[in-house]
Amino acid sequence: MTVSYALLGLLERSARHGYDLKQSYDRRFGGVKPVRFGQVYRALAQLTRDGLIEVVGVEAGAGPDRKRYAITDEGVTDLGAWLGEPEEPQPLLQPVLFTKVVLAVLSGRPADRFLDAQRAAHLAAMARLTKARRAAASTQDAILADYQLFHIEADLRWIDHTAARLGTLADEVRDAADRS
Amino acid sequence: MLLTGRDLHKSFGSAYALRGAGVTLTKGEVVAVMGPSGSGKSTLLHCLAGILRPDSGEVWFADRRIDDLPDRDRAQLRRTAFGFVFQFGQLVPELPAVENVALPLLLAGRRRRDALAAGREWLRRLGLDGLDGRMPGELSGGESQRVALARALVAAPAVVFADEPTGALDSVAADQVMELLVDAAHAQGTSVLLVTHEPRVAAFADRTVLVRDGRDTAPVGAG
Repeated sequence: MTVSYALLGLLERSARHGYDLKQSYDRRFGGVKPVRFGQVYRALAQLTRDGLIEVVGVEAGAGPDRKRYAITDEGVTDLGAWLGEPEEPQPLLQPVLFTKVVLAVLSGRPADRFLDAQRAAHLAAMARLTKARRAAASTQDAILADYQLFHIEADLRWIDHTAARLGTLADEVRDAADRS
Repeated sequence: MLLTGRDLHKSFGSAYALRGAGVTLTKGEVVAVMGPSGSGKSTLLHCLAGILRPDSGEVWFADRRIDDLPDRDRAQLRRTAFGFVFQFGQLVPELPAVENVALPLLLAGRRRRDALAAGREWLRRLGLDGLDGRMPGELSGGESQRVALARALVAAPAVVFADEPTGALDSVAADQVMELLVDAAHAQGTSVLLVTHEPRVAAFADRTVLVRDGRDTAPVGAG
C-alpha cells in the first residue's frame, strides 16, 4: 500500500520507467527498506489496472521493452486523498517484551533482571542511532533516525514504568494463578 | 582517571540519597548518569563536583582527593576547574548575555576587555552572534541554555557538570544544546558529567551509568 503510493508520488513529479522508479524509491525511502524490482512491477501493474497511472510510451531495447508510466488525473486525486487521510494509530507492539515480563513473574524468575538487560540494549541502540543521526548527510536521513529513536524511547518508558510496578504485578499474577 | 567517586554515601536527615554509588570519568569523556526521580543522581553530581560533602566514600580529581578539602578550597576548585549547567540557565538577570558568559573569567581576575572578547567568541561558536547585548529576559529557553553552556565552557574547565541541561527545552532545542555541548567538549578535551532522566539526551554520551536507590548499576556502553 505505502509502496504503491510512494511510486504514485514519484510519478507525479515526472513520467518514468520502472527501473528509474526503483532507483528513485530506494534513494528516497530505501532507508526504511529497499524495494524489490518484482514489487515495483506488481505495484505498477495494479496502479495501471486501477486507472491511477497509464503507459505513455514503450521503448524497445536490448532487453525487455521499457514502459514509461505517467500518473493520471485520477491518480493525482487519489494520492492527495491518501496524503490528507490520518492513519489509524497502531502501537508498534513488541509483544515479546510484555510476554517475557508476565512469564518471568508467573514462573518466579527475576523479571527485573530481564528488564535491566532490555533497558541496556535499548539505551545502547539509542546511542548508536544518535551517532548515526549526527552523521546523517541530510535532514531526511536525520528524521528517519529520529522516528526510530522516539519509538525506542517509548519502549524504554514502558520498561521503566513496568520495573516500578513489578511488585504489584507479581501479587496480581500470583493471586490469579492461585485461583485458577 | 580524571575524576573518580567511590562508594559514596550521603543522607539528608533520615533519608538516604546515596548508598555506595560511584562513577569514573576519563579526560574528554562524556558520561551520562541516568535514573528515576529520587534515585540520587543529582546528589551524586553534587558530591563529585564538590558542592556537597559525602558522609563517607571518596572523590578524587586529577590524582587529588577533594571530598575532604575545606569549603574554601572546594569553592576555588569549582571556579577554576569545573563548569556548570543546570536545568534553567540560571543566568544573572541584570547582566547582558556576553557578561554572563564572561563571568567565570572576570571572577578569576581576567582583564575585562579580554574576558568580554572571550565571551563574544563563545557566543559566536554556539551560534549566538549578535545576541551579546541581550538581557537574559529577552532570550528564548534554547538561547538561554546556550548562553549557560558558553559560560560553563569559557574558562576551558577540565569537567563540565550538567544537571538536566535540556529539561526545560523542546526536543529540537534539546538536540541542538546537546550537540553543541558534546562537540565543544570533544573539541577542547573537556569531560562532561551529564545527569538526565531522558534516554534521548543520554544517547549523546560516550557511556551511561544507571543509578537506582543511591547505587550505580551496570554501565551501558555506547555500542
